[in-house]
Amino acid sequence: MAGYAGDEHDKARRFRDAALPYLDDAYALARCLLRNAADADDAVQECYLRAFRHFDSYRGPAMKPWLLTILRNVCNAEFTRRGKLDPAADGEFEANAEDVPLWQEPQATPESALVREHDDAIIRRLVAELPQPFRETIVMREINDLSYQEIAQVAGVPVGTVMSRLARARGMLRSAWNAAEGAPS
Amino acid sequence: MNCAEAEIMLHALLDGELDAGHARDVEAHIADCPDCAEKLAAFRAMRAAMAGADLKQKAPAALRARIEAALPAAPASGRASAAVLPLRPSRRSFFSGFGAGAVASGALAASLMLTVFHNDQDQAVANDVVSAHIRSLQANHLMDVETSDQHTVKPWFDGKVDVAPPVIDLTAQGFTLLGGRLDYIDGEPVASVVYRRRKHIINLFVAQHLGAAHAAMTARSVQGYNVRHWSGQGLEFWAVSDLDGEELGEFAGKIAASLRPGAAS
Repeated sequence: MAGYAGDEHDKARRFRDAALPYLDDAYALARCLLRNAADADDAVQECYLRAFRHFDSYRGPAMKPWLLTILRNVCNAEFTRRGKLDPAADGEFEANAEDVPLWQEPQATPESALVREHDDAIIRRLVAELPQPFRETIVMREINDLSYQEIAQVAGVPVGTVMSRLARARGMLRSAWNAAEGAPS
Repeated sequence: MNCAEAEIMLHALLDGELDAGHARDVEAHIADCPDCAEKLAAFRAMRAAMAGADLKQKAPAALRARIEAALPAAPASGRASAAVLPLRPSRRSFFSGFGAGAVASGALAASLMLTVFHNDQDQAVANDVVSAHIRSLQANHLMDVETSDQHTVKPWFDGKVDVAPPVIDLTAQGFTLLGGRLDYIDGEPVASVVYRRRKHIINLFVAQHLGAAHAAMTARSVQGYNVRHWSGQGLEFWAVSDLDGEELGEFAGKIAASLRPGAAS
């Protein structure tokens, strides 16, 4: 018992050292995928428990993309369980990428509110409003600081797809930004 | 290269994902194409705006505590008992503070308060050392004294800082000693010993007072950089690098081990 507990203790310690530095990364991605603080909390916790269970068999790749892959699976499972239709759960969005409106006029938001809105808040909102899978791609690149290869691995798509999604995401953000700023796009 | 190709590739250029040959191709196209040049400039500005917007939402302390409490293979009967996960008072720091979550939940709030207090202090220092690390890479001022000879680096610090930072040669272990630098953190002079692992630079900051003293090593990540902090020999050590956490931990472990009394230096 003592030996077992010692091993588990050691495993927990190694896991903490390896995985907990990426807690903020996991949380940021969970917020982006689920758009809800409580759900993000649950998903990140589930992700860490799963990761700990599989830590014995972990041989790489880098810890961050490994964790985020688990997290993304947890989030997708959650969408499936709820029976929610979210584009994050499948690839059908990609086929319709060209149909995604680049930007809709922000009719719901009064012009005066936009003017007051701080630039940082605008950027946060614009990223949050990006449709999946473009949202997760830009978040993994700009916030989680993953390489194209790592993003491809987490999202389970080819690197070429990552590149086109990223180009599309930035294009949408740019149009939206220009619209929000009132500049010609 | 046409504009359609360049449109995709300029993102890869922006993200540092292109090899030299492709980067040249894209740059050549941009030089001839005002439209694509404008796009690149716009995306670059947007990227900078995103970087400045602090988009990375930090995990709440309560979530960290929950994860920590659940970690050591919690049996179905409930949380791990204190016997399975003994609390070590010497590690009342970053992670172990959260380890306190494994004790009876009544004590959780109190221990969290303590943890948060310690964290704030250390988090501020962690932010400072990461900023110093980034500055050292940006300003092309990584080394004041550039040598792989530990016996040159160590005397160089004499009289510049009020500590004699240990300078350890870890070349055999794959960490190349590059040199030393005098840095300032929070207005105080701090010694930095600079190492390299493959293409990753490691700054090892050494000072008498720099954060709360922890005998055990603490790990954290700030702005994507990994940080290891520990105390020993009356000094505070902060290792910062973009190296992955495991390898930086290995580095810090080797430095700490070689400094322990009895270890050959």
